[in-house]
Amino acid sequence: MKNKNIDVMEHTSEVKFKVRGSSINKVFENIVIAISDFMARGEKIKPVLKKKIKISGEDNESLLYDFLDEIIYLGDAEGFVVSKAHVKIKGKNLEAELLGDNTNNYPELDHIKAPTYSEMYVKQKVGKDSKKHWEAVFVLDV
Amino acid sequence: MEIKKISENIWEIPKTGKMNVPGRIFASEKLIDKIKEDKTLEQVGNVSQLPGIVGHSMAMPDAHMGYGFCVGGVAAFDVKKGIISPGGIGYDINCGVRLLASNISKEEFIKKRKEVTHQIKRDVPSGVGVKGEFSFNEKELDEVMRKGVGWAVERGYALKKDAERCEDGGCILGAMPEKISAKARGRGRNQLGTLGAGNHFIEIQEIDEIYDAKTAKVFGLERKGQICVLIHSGSRGLGHQVASDYIRDMEKEYGIKHLPDRELAYAPISSRLGQDYLGAMRAAANFAFANRTLIMHQIRNAFVKYFPKNKFDLVYDVAHNIAKFEEFEINGKKIELCVHRKGATRSFGKGRSELPAEYRKVGQPIFIPGSMGTYSYVLCGTNEASKVSFASTAHGAGRVLSRSYATKNLKIEDVKKNLEERDIYIEAGSMKGIVEEAPEAYKDVNEVVRVSDELGIGKIVVRLKPLAVIKG
Repeated sequence: MKNKNIDVMEHTSEVKFKVRGSSINKVFENIVIAISDFMARGEKIKPVLKKKIKISGEDNESLLYDFLDEIIYLGDAEGFVVSKAHVKIKGKNLEAELLGDNTNNYPELDHIKAPTYSEMYVKQKVGKDSKKHWEAVFVLDV
Repeated sequence: MEIKKISENIWEIPKTGKMNVPGRIFASEKLIDKIKEDKTLEQVGNVSQLPGIVGHSMAMPDAHMGYGFCVGGVAAFDVKKGIISPGGIGYDINCGVRLLASNISKEEFIKKRKEVTHQIKRDVPSGVGVKGEFSFNEKELDEVMRKGVGWAVERGYALKKDAERCEDGGCILGAMPEKISAKARGRGRNQLGTLGAGNHFIEIQEIDEIYDAKTAKVFGLERKGQICVLIHSGSRGLGHQVASDYIRDMEKEYGIKHLPDRELAYAPISSRLGQDYLGAMRAAANFAFANRTLIMHQIRNAFVKYFPKNKFDLVYDVAHNIAKFEEFEINGKKIELCVHRKGATRSFGKGRSELPAEYRKVGQPIFIPGSMGTYSYVLCGTNEASKVSFASTAHGAGRVLSRSYATKNLKIEDVKKNLEERDIYIEAGSMKGIVEEAPEAYKDVNEVVRVSDELGIGKIVVRLKPLAVIKG
């Protein structure tokens, strides 16, 4: 099912996303869904395990970089693949509860090597209907 | 971005604005048209703004858009005034290729093709969160990172001769495992001897054409139909984490306002942070050398079950994501430079002291894998490359279609049928994944290799044709 808040953008060698949300928290939560869909190649990851993470950054982009880094780390080191998340960002600090499953239950998972800063932004935008929303663009090394 | 043709296969981006040096792209008319379509040229321009860059910011014939540096990007920096940038090496530190040459023929292999391929697929783990056969405590992991292939030799996983047949003898000196974070260790600990996913692969190939018999013989590539195995993998999660860790450290230390692209965060080579990253990068590079060695060990064991008399010689192992200190002659003066190669292969010609004795007579072997199901090539390094391209050439076919485009527009069934028609047997972790790596998604490797040969930055020696593919 296509999520209206997630666009997979063209990039020759890597994978690039544009993700929207009504708040910065929602953008980060939708990013988790985007990553889950990408890794699962269309399958659905069950939200049966829980992980809590805390991050502090210097700005929104470094928060996103470290957030992505943490998700990738959990896949490689702890065999945890994300399904969805609850995210709270206050200033330069982020707290999140990630829900997901054991990687062993999904033999065809796609791999992400690393986050990148290439073309990355996280910012508030004004839409055509003059309503404000948040938007993030980022490229993953896959 | 303005670009002008200098001569056959050489293009220049003139120095403007904040650029410290001009850009230089090695490509034919056909390849440059593709290169112009994405942000490759812009990325070459960004790299030219980095402090201490010498000569040109370069892109090899297989170049395409990456992050920070383009893929196929090469830049050399003054050791005193220059910088080191993890984004100029890539996340997969010492991602590379090694080629093994067997003494069995195509006819013998075909009879056992499915069994051997299946055995290798089973013995070399791949996939997310998958553990390898080898798991290490901290002390042993330090040994791997300090010694590289030397560690594998000590443990009986490889021969002494194997270590000599790798760039840097399979161990880059100056590795500092103590500069590798706990997080990177956590990702790497269980991954030694695993293939990884994406474009990583093992291919069983036959020698299909020999262009330079004399050099081929020196490489141990002696006759048509001889079976070879090409292994493409890197430093796995450990290397990826090292790059992320140091990009964050460098931007925290030096800020981001001066950067043309945040992914190009850097530190002066001579700084404490620069030296720490170099130590960590070398440790990750040695981990990658050991990783490809353990994969080779598994392949040797798998083959011996079906071909008890088979002997696999390692032809060579090349790194295509790395920074190295190398000597060049510029304006008649010998000078040491820090060469960043991101998706580019070193091309040293005959006489270079860095090469194993037997290859010093001809130049180093270079491996250019094609896309899945197409030809791969063995080239020979040249002294011309030291004058033209900081001793570098291409590293592969180079993508033209994005993964998402390939997935949307190509069908699994068609890709499979296409491989069958070419008599190629495949075993993959994900059949959905093979669509992303379909030959249609890549440039024509023949054209990439032809340009390298014409420019004299890597001369064609042998062409290899795939018979079986194992993908993560």
